[in-house]
Formats: sequence, C-alpha cells, structure tokens
Amino acid sequence: MNTQAPSAKYSAGVKEYRETYWEPNYTPKDSDVLACFKITPQAGVPREEAAAAVAAESSTGTWTTVWTDLLTDLEYYKGRAYAIEDVPGDDESYYAFIAYPMGLFEEGSVVNVFTSLVGNVFGFKAVRALRLEDVRFPLWFVTTCDGPPHGIQVERDKLDKYGRPFLGCTIKPKLGLSAKNYGRAVYEALRGGLDFTKDDENVNSQPFMRWRDRFEFCQEAIEKAELETGERKGHYLNVTAPNIEEMYKRAEFAKEIGSPIIMSDYLTMGWAAQASLSRWCRDNGMLLHVHRAMHGVIDRHPKHGINFRVLAKMLRLLGGDHLHSGTVVGKLEGDREATLGWIDLMRDKYVKEDRSRGIFFDQDWGQMPGVLPVASGGIHVWHMPALVNIFGDDSCLQFGGGTLGHPWGNAAGAAANRVAVEACVKARNEGRDLEKESKDIMTEAGKHSPELKIAMETWKEIKFEFDTVDKLDVAHR
Amino acid sequence: MSGMQDYSSRISDPNSRKMGTFSYLPQLTAEELRKQVEYIVKMGWNPAIEHTEPENTRSNYWYMWKLPMFGETDVDAIFAEIDMCRKANPKNHVRLVGYDNFKQTQGTSMVVHRAEMTA
Repeated sequence: MNTQAPSAKYSAGVKEYRETYWEPNYTPKDSDVLACFKITPQAGVPREEAAAAVAAESSTGTWTTVWTDLLTDLEYYKGRAYAIEDVPGDDESYYAFIAYPMGLFEEGSVVNVFTSLVGNVFGFKAVRALRLEDVRFPLWFVTTCDGPPHGIQVERDKLDKYGRPFLGCTIKPKLGLSAKNYGRAVYEALRGGLDFTKDDENVNSQPFMRWRDRFEFCQEAIEKAELETGERKGHYLNVTAPNIEEMYKRAEFAKEIGSPIIMSDYLTMGWAAQASLSRWCRDNGMLLHVHRAMHGVIDRHPKHGINFRVLAKMLRLLGGDHLHSGTVVGKLEGDREATLGWIDLMRDKYVKEDRSRGIFFDQDWGQMPGVLPVASGGIHVWHMPALVNIFGDDSCLQFGGGTLGHPWGNAAGAAANRVAVEACVKARNEGRDLEKESKDIMTEAGKHSPELKIAMETWKEIKFEFDTVDKLDVAHR
Repeated sequence: MSGMQDYSSRISDPNSRKMGTFSYLPQLTAEELRKQVEYIVKMGWNPAIEHTEPENTRSNYWYMWKLPMFGETDVDAIFAEIDMCRKANPKNHVRLVGYDNFKQTQGTSMVVHRAEMTA
C-alpha cells in the first residue's frame, strides 16, 4: 500500500478525538501493546470520546491538529481505543481497551513504554480519574528486555534448596542499629534455620550504620551460620543509593566479599537504574532481591494510578529475581484472587486472561525466567499453612516480627518458622488440606519443637482483619 | 527467664548440620517417607538417589547411585534402591531427588538416611 494518495488536506482546529482514535471494529495485532484503562470521565464527556482521548494522549495526539501530522503516517502510529466495557459494580467508571502499534516504542525500553502509557494522559482534564489495570506486552517486546538476572530455577540450584518455599526475615528495628549489632541479629536468624535475612527498604547508608560496615558484619554472620548449619545462606544487601555510581560501588563490594545476593528498591531508585543493576547482576552472578516501596502510592486507589499487576510485569521485564507481592494474610493490603493473579504473572511462562483474578489479557513470556514472589509483612507461624497453600514452593516467605519477636530470640524464632514450613510442605505432599487442617498440622509439629510451640502460644490471637481497599471489581460488593 | 531455652547449635557438633527440606523435622518414619515418594511419583518427577560422606555434604555433586530412575512409578522399587544404596554405603548420607524435567530443576530433594555423625 505505498500508493496511498496524499489526499488529506490540512485544516486547523480542534477535532473530536473519537473521529480519529475510536475504532470499535479494529482487531488487535499480535505485535500491538494492549492496555486496559479504567476511566472515570468528567461529567458530560461521552464514553467513546474519553476513551479515544486517552488513546490519543498516550500515543500520537495533541489537543489540536498540527500541519506536521501530515508529514507522517498517523494512521499507523496512532493508538486506537477498540473496546469499552462496564466495570462490574460501578456505574461511573468503565474499562477502555487501547491498542498501540509496535513502531511507537523503543525495543527493550520499559521506561519508554510507560512514559507513553502513563505519561501526560494521567493529568488530562477530560478524565476525572484514570487507572492502568493491565498491559499485554507482545512477545517481540518481551524478548528485547533482559528480564530476571537468574530466575527461580537458577536460584534454587545456586542455593541448593528444593521442594519448599524459601524463608526470610527483615531485620528490625528498621533503623538505628549499629552494624555489629545488626550483624548479630542476622547471624541468629540464619543459624536458626532461615535461608535469608534482609535489609529493610530504607536501610541504605545512614550515619548510625554505614553501608560498608553493614556489608562486612552481615557477611561474617552468613559465613558462620553456613559453617554451623551446613546450609547456604544469604542477606539481601540493599545497594539502593543516592546515585548510580554509588549503587555500583556498593554492588561491587558485595560481590568482592562473597555475598550471594543484593537488593534494590526499584520504584524509588528508578526504572533505568533497576534495569542497569539487573544487567550487572547477571554479569556478576549475583541474585537480586527487589522491594516495592512506594507502590501503595501508585497502585492502591481503585480508580487512579497503576494496578500492581502492571508494576509486577514491569519488574519482570526490567529484571529482578525476587519481588514483594503482598501476603494476602498479613498486615499489608492484598486481595487474595488479585494476588494469585499477579504471582502467576511473575512466575509462569504463559498466563491466560482471567477476569476472576483481574487479568485482562493473555500474556506470553516466551523463555523469560520467572520472578520469585516474596510474601512479607505481619506474618507469623499461624499463617504458614495458608501461605504455603497460596504461594506454593516457588516463593519466599518472610517473617520479620514473626522471627525476631520470638520470646527466646531470633534463632528460636527462625527454627519455629523452619519447622512450621517443613511440616506444612510434608502435610501438603501427603495430600492433606492445609487450610482446613491447619490447626492439627501445626499442633502436631509443635509437639516436636519447643521453639514452634512457644511461638504458637505467643501469636495465637494476632490477626489483621481489615477490609481490603483495592479489591477486584465485582458486582454487589 | 526460667522458661527460656538456649538454642543449642554448635560448629563443634556435627549434629547441628542441617540438610535441606525436612531436616528440621524428626526423622521420617518408613510410612511417612512412603507418602513423600508417592508425591514425587504423583508429580511426574524422576526419582534419583545420591549419597555422600558426611564431611562432603556442601558440594553440589553428591555421588549418584546409578542413573536417575527415569519413568519409575513403583514406590517399592524406589524403596528397594534406597536400601541398596544404604547397604553399599553404610557410612554415608543418602538423599532422594525428584527431577522435574519441565522446570529443568529438582522438584524436591530430601535426605532419607542420615549417617551417624561424630565429631
């Protein structure tokens, strides 16, 4: 079709977006980037017009026609709103599905895709609120991204841990410990049976504990616990830093002293920095744990922002071996079905559209490795049966207070968690129903472990039963 | 403090060494182990037996006891091999692996016999 006549005439002025960007008969191509937005329009703006406006503002359009539009093939480059659907249980908002042609995006650049999709359009006056619910990344785009430095299988092989979830613990208090005392807390937790301990997200290099001191004391803790237990251990050394040069300096030092894993805060550190660090990790044989601090700002409001499933897909593309995914059962927000949906998106090779889990598109990951979901925040031994059931083996369950708050200390707290997870895995393998029989399974396990028994008594009554704010959209909620 | 217990793990005590999944539980009984073998079979994993001297557990590569038992679903046959390996290597730890060839990793791995450990 190179014979198209230059028939369009330039005519200045403001056109309705839907004349150009609303194409209900369009069939999306396999190569298109697809997005589902939840739109809450301003009063009086028709659905098609608002959907078309979002398509325009997140792709080629601007508020008025410009003469240079006629110097390119806008028909190819424009984003198209191709479908609109009601949001179940919501009269005010609706879903708009938009297809973007591959030529709009730089290969391998998550940064570029999101600068379009969630750029200026989120401040656009014609919509009152806007939420990006899901994005289908075409396979060509997936294969141009680096993805996780190692992935779940390689991590298991490197650490020699099979057939059960990994166990971790965030060292508390988050801030204020000296490096040597912090290393003590790490050592105690690791010798008790955990696989990992973790820096908190905001542990960087404060005056009370500079990064280099922390790295050295933690590494000594790891090495002694490995000698003592005969098992491989790690501590997520947070290399998040005020600038990239400093980030690399810390990562290099972690490698030099023999740490198997480092950590980053991908949202506050920035996506380009994350992609670079992930590539460095693959080049240097270092596992990469990723924390999602700030995600609640972006993903919690049901009508505005970006759903966490999109942030999770984004991290898999940027690269990371672990990502915090919510716990469903602990102190932090997380709808069960929605969480099951995004942990599939983090781990599986191919994920089918499943509205009951909030997944709007089929997603093909090709051969890209998976990210290990991390459940962390307000969980303790009584949650273990449900956690093993929800997350399965390919996960990392992290008990901070649930380890350090044990009445006999970290080592006993760690042992309690390790006994509990092994008892749950054993019971599951035997065909028992973990959630229905949780009390029996845990009580039996406690008989052989005084550490677990006292933990069960300590945390018997602690529950976190607040309603979830960001629920899946369902009728009659 | 009277109810508080010390966590008695020592570098000097070889019995403080742990070895992966189920090493924090009491030794599985024959009946319990049978259920775990059934699970490996049910998952479609290929059973494999490995063993090593207690001082060499930290290597990735334990000695293979013959080749993995590809396609073996007879739990008794798997038990018989574990026994043969134990008898032939009485001083060694023995572990059972379930190879998952689709995920290209081990679906599970558990020590099924712990040799006596002395300092």
